[in-house]
Amino acid sequence: MDHSQKVDVKTKVLLLLPFFLGASLSAEELTVHAAASLTDAMKEIAAVYEKESGDKLQLNLGASSMLARQIEEGAPADVFLSADEAKMDALEKKGLLVAGTRRSLLSNTLVIIVPANAKLLPERAADLAKPEFKRLALAETQTVPAGIYARESLQRLGLWEKLKDRVVPTENVRATLAAVESGNVDAGIVYRTDALMAKKAKVAAEIPAADTPKISYPLAVLQSSREPERARKLADYLASPPAQKIFAKFGFLPAN
Amino acid sequence: MSAETWQIVFFTIKVSLLGTLLILPLGVAVAWLLALREWKGKALLETAVMLPLFVPPVATGLILLMLFGRNGAFGSALDRIGIDVVFTWRAVVLASAVMAFPLLVRTAQAAFQEVNPRFADIARTLGASEWRVFATISLPLAFRGVVVGAVLAFARAMGEFGATAIVAGMIPGKTMTISLAIYQNIQLGQDAAALPLLLISIAIVFLTVLCGQMLLPRKGRR
Repeated sequence: MDHSQKVDVKTKVLLLLPFFLGASLSAEELTVHAAASLTDAMKEIAAVYEKESGDKLQLNLGASSMLARQIEEGAPADVFLSADEAKMDALEKKGLLVAGTRRSLLSNTLVIIVPANAKLLPERAADLAKPEFKRLALAETQTVPAGIYARESLQRLGLWEKLKDRVVPTENVRATLAAVESGNVDAGIVYRTDALMAKKAKVAAEIPAADTPKISYPLAVLQSSREPERARKLADYLASPPAQKIFAKFGFLPAN
Repeated sequence: MSAETWQIVFFTIKVSLLGTLLILPLGVAVAWLLALREWKGKALLETAVMLPLFVPPVATGLILLMLFGRNGAFGSALDRIGIDVVFTWRAVVLASAVMAFPLLVRTAQAAFQEVNPRFADIARTLGASEWRVFATISLPLAFRGVVVGAVLAFARAMGEFGATAIVAGMIPGKTMTISLAIYQNIQLGQDAAALPLLLISIAIVFLTVLCGQMLLPRKGRR
């Protein structure tokens, strides 16, 4: 059985080889840097876009702060989708964006999550100040957008000083989700869209939009793009109704 | 240099020392067992001891997280008696201890093997118990090597990163070690802030390893 499988794979590769060679003449690979919270939505959009355009999308997913740093350091990328405007501002100031391509694409809200088997459920953010909530996972609160939004919300609610010593900072918002799902922290604050993807964590409370800073996901084509025309097309597609529909399916809100 | 930098440096030294002390009794015992003449299963233990040197540190971190997390085998038991491990200073000690263990054992084992086995045999024929042989002959004669093992283990603990990042997180003022802080600063784009930490860690490890080298018994100097 093992042997026949090997032959099978070899045959497949041989059969597909001309296709790859032919395809490479007309298709290009575009690198998209996208905020970690967009992981699932972008994967689905990429699959649809690859079929429609023939271009391959290479997704680089992580904290927007890390992605912005990589772009500043010259990492080759075509399109950047950040989870906050500040990162885009910084890149724009350094002249790393293609002029006229920047636009706000999406919005989101924050929720408080707890492990699925948790007995302690905070009904609102203020409950997190109770001593039972010993550890609170947040994305890094100085640079990672989700962490900055969460910190600013807690500051607005007057809770930050009480909670800051309980914070377990994580590399990006998906790591926050993972920390809560593992049960090693008592609660966490993530985007509502992340909570929708959770398997071992549940939403305990939503943070009202009035208590949250404006959450905005901007998009831009990067100067480092070797295929600016194709990158522009992709950017237009991401803002188009079909892509917006997929974003909405994953719980994202339209910008503004 | 900022107070925060010093806090990180002293914290790292403290957890590395604690980690080394933690593994010392078991490490010396295992080293002695491995230095004894051949016994069944010795190669298996020898290999198991070496694993943390070669298994990716983040994988070791994951194993520790599974064992000591709140839902882990040890973690849940400790949680019941009110001891938190993951994301606390204890996790930093644990990770550096596990990662430093092979260096301690290998060095101490070599030291025990240097001891002429005839001394122990003579003591045994005179009726000394195994414990007495160990305490009065093997350990004193191998003492220098054991100390060098502990020194190297400490140096390794000082630099521990991968496993620590997984089980202890990077909590400023609580679990932030020199290595974690350097990584964090690079992530934040503050390479300059990492520089003093970089220099201090090199200085500490250099001095530590140098001490170890000088303690090492050399041929013709014994």
